[in-house]
Amino acid sequence: MTDTPLLRIEDLTVMYGNRVGCRSVDFDLYPGEVLGIVGESGSGKTTLLNAVSGRLAPTAGTVRYATRADGPRDLFAMTEPERRFLMRTDWAFVHQNPRDGLRMAVSAGANIGERLMGVGARHYGDIRGAALDWLGKVEIAGERIDDLPRTFSGGMQQRLQIARNLVTGPRLVFMDEPTGGLDVSVQARLLDLLRELVADLGLAAVVVTHDLAVARLLSHRLMVMRDGGVVESGLTDQVLDDPQHPYTQLLVSSVLQV
Amino acid sequence: MSMAEDGGYNFAYLDEQTKRMIRRATLKAVAIPGYQVPFASREMPMPYGWGTGGIQVTASVIGPDDVLKVIDQGSDDTTNAVSIRNFFAKTTGVRTTEDTAAATVIQTRHRIPEAPLRAGQILVYQVPIPEPLRFLEPREIETRKMHALEEYGLMHVKLYEDISRHGEIATTYAYPVRVSGRYVMDPSPTPKFDNPKMDRMAALQLFGAGREKRIYAIPPHTEVKSLDFDDYPFDVQKWDVPCALCGATDSFLDEVVLDDRGGRMFVCSDSHFCATRRAEGHRGADPTNADAFLMEAAGR
Repeated sequence: MTDTPLLRIEDLTVMYGNRVGCRSVDFDLYPGEVLGIVGESGSGKTTLLNAVSGRLAPTAGTVRYATRADGPRDLFAMTEPERRFLMRTDWAFVHQNPRDGLRMAVSAGANIGERLMGVGARHYGDIRGAALDWLGKVEIAGERIDDLPRTFSGGMQQRLQIARNLVTGPRLVFMDEPTGGLDVSVQARLLDLLRELVADLGLAAVVVTHDLAVARLLSHRLMVMRDGGVVESGLTDQVLDDPQHPYTQLLVSSVLQV
Repeated sequence: MSMAEDGGYNFAYLDEQTKRMIRRATLKAVAIPGYQVPFASREMPMPYGWGTGGIQVTASVIGPDDVLKVIDQGSDDTTNAVSIRNFFAKTTGVRTTEDTAAATVIQTRHRIPEAPLRAGQILVYQVPIPEPLRFLEPREIETRKMHALEEYGLMHVKLYEDISRHGEIATTYAYPVRVSGRYVMDPSPTPKFDNPKMDRMAALQLFGAGREKRIYAIPPHTEVKSLDFDDYPFDVQKWDVPCALCGATDSFLDEVVLDDRGGRMFVCSDSHFCATRRAEGHRGADPTNADAFLMEAAGR
């Protein structure tokens, strides 16, 4: 689509005191591209995701994001209001646990409408219309619009979280184990939905997962992490079908076959 | 004889340094309309929730020449109002009154007097929970950031919930307002009926929250706008009947249950406003002849 990467990460390091969170990570993410980050627990996937999405200040390195108005800008050189505005308009963050991403005490409609109201929507009818529209897109019955998220199943909560995040038409979505904690059939539906949405809306996404199957389905490119560093990266099929690094080989061969 | 003279208490109970500290916080609050200024709230000789914030603000701004009026739910003669009025009568020796126009300082819980206030008067509100965003966002650090960055979308989430559940904005008290186009503020648990009176009021409005240790203010003639949606505009409560005692149709009415067979009447919550109208000869339907009873009880 374009030659300018949406996100450019250079030499990103996060230290927790003397411990390494992630070390010297570089990557570019282009519009419409989905990057998977895989690796075992404690390999620094989530730390990397938090730093890249502006939720955690890195110890060293830069995160540049191509803003709509001003072109590429260093995320951590922005003012906090700018960064927070970006987070609730151009970006989306899908948490592993929907309870972290939803407001459990207000209805599904209000959950979806919050971002719209946050950017100045003040017409109740329009907000409700957008909420109904998005409930349909994530396959939740419109009649559930006034129900609290706690009355929803785990899979529905996760879909509601996705709708709540995508309602402002973001260009970049961060996902932290989006299918974690869901049973396999629900996982399959959610993956289907995510794939559709990402393709339809031309979203770029960074997806953190420990599940190689999820990574294969969703992502175009893959980064394999271990002990805070990237050990291998490339096209998803290439990395999974012809792993070069011993750790990637171990990871791929560890998947249980049915 | 005042307690200040016989009990060793300072004028208006608080010591002078404490009053200066509260006045500094109050000045800052006036300078930043609607912003909640933290202050070192003191223990008062009454429980939290009874007006410890308002009473500290009043104690800090009152002087020997002031005339004090205290109301609770609009009324001069309920327990809370009588106790606080007596407290200040004892500790300051100032004149007290029920007459809204004669008062220079009015401490209130839950109402703004019906009679328009004038320049030079100070209205002191007792506030239980000063943070309008509290019930949606429990983290103080986050709500402060939201105020700082003017991220007020969440306030509309609450109003959205109201409409989706009740078909209208069902918040009838503590209805959020935006002060001078900047800070969103909780007008304390006054009915939304009183919100329009706050807008460009000639008197100074001070808000004290004792337990939460916050003071905020609306300077005279400041714009106060109630939040709403374009298609669900702000509106105040209306009653089908006039006041049963004075016949007023433009005041805030309290429902009074008369018996256990569904009998009820509606009367002005502002007792002085109602009494003034009756003294002027206005009469309501008065199903109980309560007026005569009240007059007799008051020894008038």
